[in-house]
Amino acid sequence: MAKITYVEHNGTEHTIDVKPGLSVMEGAVKNNIPGIDADCGGACACATCHVYVNEAWLEKTGTRSAMEESMLDFAEGVQDNSRLSCQIKVTDALDGLVVTMPESQH
Amino acid sequence: MSEARVVIVGAGHAGGTAAALLRQYGHEGPIALIGDEPIPPYQRPPLSKAWLKGEADADSLALKPTEFYAEAGIDFRPGTSVSALNRGAKTVTLSDGSTLPYDHLILATGARAIALPIAGKDLEGILFLRTAADAEALKAAVGPGKRLAVVGGGYIGLEVAASGRALGADVVVLEREDRILARVACKALSDFFTGQHEAHGVTFELGCSVTAFEGRDGRVTGVTLADGRTIACDAVVVGVGATPNDELAKDAGLECARGVVVDLDARSVTDPAVFAIGDVAHRPMPIYDRMFRMESVPNALEQAKQAACAITGRPRPPGECPWQWSDQYDLKLQIAGYAFDVDEIVVRGDPATARFAVFHLKGDQVQSVEAINAPPEFMMGKQLILSRKPVNKAKLADPSISMKEVAA
Repeated sequence: MAKITYVEHNGTEHTIDVKPGLSVMEGAVKNNIPGIDADCGGACACATCHVYVNEAWLEKTGTRSAMEESMLDFAEGVQDNSRLSCQIKVTDALDGLVVTMPESQH
Repeated sequence: MSEARVVIVGAGHAGGTAAALLRQYGHEGPIALIGDEPIPPYQRPPLSKAWLKGEADADSLALKPTEFYAEAGIDFRPGTSVSALNRGAKTVTLSDGSTLPYDHLILATGARAIALPIAGKDLEGILFLRTAADAEALKAAVGPGKRLAVVGGGYIGLEVAASGRALGADVVVLEREDRILARVACKALSDFFTGQHEAHGVTFELGCSVTAFEGRDGRVTGVTLADGRTIACDAVVVGVGATPNDELAKDAGLECARGVVVDLDARSVTDPAVFAIGDVAHRPMPIYDRMFRMESVPNALEQAKQAACAITGRPRPPGECPWQWSDQYDLKLQIAGYAFDVDEIVVRGDPATARFAVFHLKGDQVQSVEAINAPPEFMMGKQLILSRKPVNKAKLADPSISMKEVAA
């Protein structure tokens, strides 16, 4: 299990155990954490699971795929540490990961 | 009214999401979620894609873990249907004979696959794809050496065809019109998908009318066409559209028009205590100045949000641009909007590169876009459809000009 902290835009923190193999998006959605909509269920088709990865974790979460990059380019409030959380696979190495949600997913 | 009792009829993507959102939005009253399938709410889109190919399991399909419902105080009742709605008494009668009172009722009964009313329709091996049980049956029926006939060249049929090929089955698609996707896409897109599927070994019978299913020992062995030919097969998937499950609403006197007629809050125009969401709702769409019914996950989620906001006193979500997606082989198709009142089609990019987009215009406004492996066109198209901002067609047609500049 990897402990992941999801921080809502208003600062509310949710720390939960996520099973390796799931995506960071699935960890949030299956635990009913607000702020990640994930309309397409992980098909990298909608950009509604946008998160900001805490700087310390950028390397371990990997890099954006071409499709993800392209989707993010048109999302709102994109920063250098923006990722689509459906594209980050949870592994034991991500134990302690902190991600923050943007103000809206539209 | 924070203790208001909410009953949700239908535990699909819409109903399951509405229940979860009500809790997210702080609703404290009782929530009952009534579903006629034996399992908790799950995602249907992977049934024709990742799940069929064995790349996703039941757990990954589930919207929430099974224990979520009890933990969130949601009274989930699987394997149960609603036989009657009594709006006067504000109760629903369940298939087990009990009645359940409500303050707010959410109808999320979905749609069901249309069957072909022809000879042999009840033979074993004639399948539909709507539920996890349907997908299970289909998975068992396709594999190397099997021959699958898909009736209907729409998105479901084509996704099944692609997955069938991935599993090693021979696949033939039988389509009534003279091209696939005839009802939902323009010719350029039909031609593109025809070529892609043919390259993957799918064969097509276009402009053909299916008149009967043939069988032996109760099991389907072929599909008979109006021209007298019989297409031999081991299994058939019928994907010729769906019809809304609005009988409960109709019987209760709620206004229906192939779906329950609702307002911008997903509330029935007949009864303020009743909401209808997802495939069963006939809803207003202000950007097109009309009302219609949609069958898509984004629509189900959006309306679940609308109903949950209305019930918990939150402001209505901002108007959305409807969208949907389809995955076939390594192609990602993203569609934004609907092609109403279109007078011009602009193709941006070269279909031969498998990266292009088809824009449907009304005057100089974008009504819809179909984007193949083209996220910028999809994302920006979505924004243009919503904003109704006029576009320069020459710029739009020129892929060397970025979508950001086109929309600037």
